[in-house]
Amino acid sequence: MPDLLIELFSEEIPARMQARAADDLRRLVTDGLVAAGLTYAGAAAFATPRRLALSVSGLTAESRSTKEERKGPATTAPAAAIDGFLRSTGLSRDQLETRADKKGEVYFAVIDRPGRAASEIVAEVLSATVRAFPWPKSMRWGAGSLRWVRPLHSILCLLVDEAGAVTVPLELEGIASSNRTRGHRFMAPSEFTVTNFDDYEAKLKRAHVILRPEDRADAIWQEATSQAFAQGLEVVPDAGLLAEVAGLVEWPVVLLGRIAEDFLGLPPEVLQTSMREHQKFFSVRNPRTGRIEAYVTVANIETIDHGATILAGNGKVLAARLSDARFFWENDLRLVKTLGMEGMAAGLAQVTFHNKLGSQADRVARIAALAREIAPFVGAKPDLAAEAARICKADLQSAMVGEFPELQGLMGRYYAAAAGHDDGVPEACQEHWQPLGPSDTVPTAPVSVAVALADKIDTLTGFWAIDEKPTGSKDPFALRRAALGVIRLVLGNGLTLPLRAAFVFARPGLPQDDLLAFFHDRLKVYLKDQGLRHDIIDACIAMPGNDDLTLLVKRAGALAAVLKTDDGENLLQGFKRANNILTQAEGRDGVEYSYGADPKFADHAAEHALFAALDRAEAAIRPAMAAEDFATAMAAMAALRAPIDAFFTAVQVNDDNPILRRNRLNLLSRIRATCLEVADLTRIEG
Amino acid sequence: MADSPRSFQEIILRLQSYWAARGCAILQPYDMEVGAGTFHPATTLRALGSRPWAAAYVQPSRRPTDGRYGENPNRLQHYYQYQVLIKPSPPDMQDLYLGSLAAIGIDARLHDIRFVEDDWESPTLGAWGLGWEVWCDGMEVSQFTYFQQVGGHDCRPVAGELTYGLERLAMYVLGVAHVMDMPFNDPQSPIPLTYGDIFRQTEQEYSRWNFDVADTATLLRHFEDAEAECQRILSTPQPDKAGRAIIMAHPAYDQCIKASHLFNLLDARGVISVTERQAYIGRVRALAKLCADAFVQTEAGGGSAPVAA
Repeated sequence: MPDLLIELFSEEIPARMQARAADDLRRLVTDGLVAAGLTYAGAAAFATPRRLALSVSGLTAESRSTKEERKGPATTAPAAAIDGFLRSTGLSRDQLETRADKKGEVYFAVIDRPGRAASEIVAEVLSATVRAFPWPKSMRWGAGSLRWVRPLHSILCLLVDEAGAVTVPLELEGIASSNRTRGHRFMAPSEFTVTNFDDYEAKLKRAHVILRPEDRADAIWQEATSQAFAQGLEVVPDAGLLAEVAGLVEWPVVLLGRIAEDFLGLPPEVLQTSMREHQKFFSVRNPRTGRIEAYVTVANIETIDHGATILAGNGKVLAARLSDARFFWENDLRLVKTLGMEGMAAGLAQVTFHNKLGSQADRVARIAALAREIAPFVGAKPDLAAEAARICKADLQSAMVGEFPELQGLMGRYYAAAAGHDDGVPEACQEHWQPLGPSDTVPTAPVSVAVALADKIDTLTGFWAIDEKPTGSKDPFALRRAALGVIRLVLGNGLTLPLRAAFVFARPGLPQDDLLAFFHDRLKVYLKDQGLRHDIIDACIAMPGNDDLTLLVKRAGALAAVLKTDDGENLLQGFKRANNILTQAEGRDGVEYSYGADPKFADHAAEHALFAALDRAEAAIRPAMAAEDFATAMAAMAALRAPIDAFFTAVQVNDDNPILRRNRLNLLSRIRATCLEVADLTRIEG
Repeated sequence: MADSPRSFQEIILRLQSYWAARGCAILQPYDMEVGAGTFHPATTLRALGSRPWAAAYVQPSRRPTDGRYGENPNRLQHYYQYQVLIKPSPPDMQDLYLGSLAAIGIDARLHDIRFVEDDWESPTLGAWGLGWEVWCDGMEVSQFTYFQQVGGHDCRPVAGELTYGLERLAMYVLGVAHVMDMPFNDPQSPIPLTYGDIFRQTEQEYSRWNFDVADTATLLRHFEDAEAECQRILSTPQPDKAGRAIIMAHPAYDQCIKASHLFNLLDARGVISVTERQAYIGRVRALAKLCADAFVQTEAGGGSAPVAA
């Protein structure tokens, strides 16, 4: 059972593509081998910045031979039909067999496919894999037409068995396979030969290349934490950055540098963002003070000066960047301390939000007015909500956010505090953007909640007013996210916020139904993720007060709970039976049976019992509904199950006596009306 | 290992001799205002068509919005790029590039040199390619691009392009913190000149003109004139009265360059809104595409059209 080793050696592969590419290489090659009739025991793929490698163990040495029989046309068939069969089978007429069939003599093709050597199959599969590799972006180079992520330089392809290693011969646009590769670009650039996977990995290591990405990541993290520890510091964990950096180096060398004292006054988030985004440095903090005081950079080379030149260069670049950041920070602070956040926000009048929705300043004015109206619903002081809303976008005009857009909101909080705002206003500047995604935290501070809701509702009503709604996969203004944000703010804080009223405040005259339906759609998606069935939500959306999402969800939760009980499930069947009979009768008779059933026409014990049960249920449901006590109302409704079942068992609704029939239909109407007070059970499936 | 260069001009001279020794034609800067070395027809147009090409040159580049009145240590509205274009890209292009760093005193055994993903795209030229930013000890010192398309045309064969930001690179090599303090000629010269001696005043003058004084109505008119002239040149019927069928790709491309720079000036004056911006870029791109369409029909562009009848 041979083992297979493949390495595709190229110029630098983008870090973000490496893991996926290794996986694709493993999948495509092994699928191709299996499709060609080989089997294997195991496969693993690896990536470094300059190579993708694949090791397949326990490969069969050749594919099994197969025999295929195909029935062809009758021997008397026209020549064209026979020629077609010959073409499709690749045989000549004298190679065909003639066999008797019910209708006479028929040609048969018997095709023997001998087993093929693994080497031949590997060459085919690897060539096809390289040519059709699913890189997110690929390119041509030189005068060739082959595509790869960056120029491909060499292909190592070996089949290894007890007898030794054999190079699988193949050639792609002048690149011939071999048993050779190279080590680190600078530390071990010469070629060397390999004989199997273990030899490959070991020789790479001697040539300063760590093949496995997880080994590089582990080495970086261990060395970084131990260097930080030696200085009484700790590395701020950052799994995304660790994975990226591990994809930028073949031979990680961790260097720790100190941030100059001049820059330690910058907010830690500014230091972290600048170092991470621009330089791919880890932040290192002092555990006693929480201050970021140092950084870790990962080089790709060992030098005779132990990285001194590299660290000095990186330090210089960092100092230039942080000088910029400090310049922005100090200028921004000076501005808000003299002119206030309003002074910083002045330029928003010149920034277009959307050409049909005015400037950012127009938008801020709308949000402030709306936040004032929403404040009482969320327990915030209207003046504070309006104050926060007026300044919440000011930091978009700050130099710092201009340089680091990802710091929007956070800088607003710092600057608002520096300008003398308090009582939750600075926090609102930061938190009003939230929640930004389905997993982002939902603000709970009342001022933040008021501004966050106002911001999102203004956006939604605005784009609805100019008919820019999301369609299909297109949602350029992230309106679905905004609606989900409102939903999570309302539900997360248990708010009673009538959305229709909020829409009217935001944009008088806007038709509300379509936007509310959009919210209901988003709510269904959200609740479905939480395990609530869409038909249960539909049954509750059909009820009055459906723009109060907290109420709606409470109702849906109670309904879902009662439908899980035996009584609830049977009541649903009873309700449906009553509703079906009634609907049919109403359709046939052309009348609505809602006059009120009279117990005096009841002629059966079960009928009397149902009257009594409905009286009890109605008496319990009305006050419970008024108190929004859905659980009690639903329980009272479910208590109808036994009397309804007994009624249907004992009584024929469509009695020959028209008076009895009419009375019973009116009784069914009472069942329907009582149940529909709780939820629209007609929408429940099953 | 080469000893360290001592001045800005020595770095340029070393790059010139390095690339000359590798067979590049050392061209001179293009005599028009451009935003980057890529705009030189020796890159934009010569990246098109099937004919082999190898050229290197310094290109003064103007980015009006980057002006800082000569006060910022790293930002200038007028600076130099060093540009190399080789078509087809040779298999050892990365090694050639690393050799050029060694030539200006960057020892790859002492520094951390990295190729970090950077997909290049020029919306105004309708061009894109894949490659890297090259980092030296955490600083971007060059851009390295394999051109895939220019002016909407596939590049076949592919040209490899190198762009060195000369000031930044030189400041690093020379260990200078402020660009204006950088020695331009040898500091031991009888008359030593710094970068600031030569460019501080011009940075101030141009910053003031770019940001405050340039007449936007005139710039706008010039933009439209350049656009119209570019289109007119290319729609002029062939051949002329003497029977010469000359496609005027380069004169038309000059007008495209002009329009592009005028757009940059208008942008610096802050008179182009976000929505208009896209429209202007689209207009320049349309010109670049016309010029590329014309160039590929010429002899230098690998087309069949005769240069002269």
